[in-house]
Amino acid sequence: MASMRDIKRRKSSIQSTQQITKAMKLVSTVKLQKAKNRAEETNPYFNYMYQTVSSMLKRSGNINHPYLKEGESSKKAVVVITSNRGLAGGYNSNVVKLITESNFSKEELDIYAVGNKGREALDRRGYHIESDDSAVIESPCYEDAAAICNRVLKAYQDGEIGEIYLAYTHFKNTVSHEPKLIKLLPVELDESETKEDTNVLMNYEPNDEEALDMIIPKYITSLFYGALVEAVASENGARMQAMDSATSNAEEMISDLSLKYNRARQGSITQELTEIIAGASAIS
Amino acid sequence: MADKEKMFQVKIITPDRIFYTGEAEMIEFMTSSGQIGVYKNHIPLTTVLAPGAVIIHEAEGEKVAAVHAGFAEILPEQVTLLAEIAEWPEEIDENRAKAARKRAEERLQAKTEDVDVVRAEFALRKALTRIGVKDMK
Repeated sequence: MASMRDIKRRKSSIQSTQQITKAMKLVSTVKLQKAKNRAEETNPYFNYMYQTVSSMLKRSGNINHPYLKEGESSKKAVVVITSNRGLAGGYNSNVVKLITESNFSKEELDIYAVGNKGREALDRRGYHIESDDSAVIESPCYEDAAAICNRVLKAYQDGEIGEIYLAYTHFKNTVSHEPKLIKLLPVELDESETKEDTNVLMNYEPNDEEALDMIIPKYITSLFYGALVEAVASENGARMQAMDSATSNAEEMISDLSLKYNRARQGSITQELTEIIAGASAIS
Repeated sequence: MADKEKMFQVKIITPDRIFYTGEAEMIEFMTSSGQIGVYKNHIPLTTVLAPGAVIIHEAEGEKVAAVHAGFAEILPEQVTLLAEIAEWPEEIDENRAKAARKRAEERLQAKTEDVDVVRAEFALRKALTRIGVKDMK
């Protein structure tokens, strides 16, 4: 059995760890609230954008536009949104897993990383990191999303890449987040949502193609922005959960160790008594 | 004036918030091909926004706002403006807008190789819109 002193030392070390995880939990709870509100405020824009663009494309199915057909290059770009800090449970590794376990070949991928953790993990595995915007994730704003969008779209227009994907964590609610890999370009339509009245004939100004030229980049930017905001909310949610379970695990260990400590103390007292009694009876 | 028959839904949405929702009789805004005014039962139209003032004619009067970049979806019963930036006059910092106008003008005047003319013009239009909306108030 470990000595009393050893147990005591271990207990106090766990206690201080618990204090840290508790504090981290509180911090991420506050941050989660903020991020959640932002995500909720962004949602209407995001939804409208999606609705408008998909109904637009449905009505103009036969427009021959570079954004709508397969690019010539076999290269694919993936924008990977992770966090800059760890200790968030499986948050970062789940996003990385999406890419490593997909059937993309390593040589044909260009990674546009947002978030240190994802960048490091993919770099280690030998993926090509095209750009790194990790500072953005601290407080994402619309301009940041637009800047990334412009860069990716330029590569697409120059024919360097043929497809654009986005990997991020979708924020369903406080306790459930889902890593997602979605295809941005060429735009693919979700056929299941064709319930809308497609017989309304939509007109475009200046004309279809120019309108698409303007709207698709905005659509992609809004998707990026929505993904960034949701990723921040998911990150804090994941960290809050991870820290919550760490705190309760520490609690459990402490109560276990207290029991052991008390037993050891009792044992040492009993032993001392036996020794005294034995000594006394030896003398008499 | 407040004729229920003539009113339609207007929504202005930005990435950060729902900027405005309400009923209006007419809405005026700037598109890439000029300023337009929309009444109820307009033909379905999707158009690209240019920096400019949006004037919403409500039952109780007019509301003015500055809108920069985005697009508008016009349906017979509803007009939705998806704007990247939208501001009420009281949110506009006039001094900043004036400084931005000066900067943009200087850049356009300099006409050196490294000036991005399109960007400078866009910045100038944004600044002018802000000042214009502020003055309209």
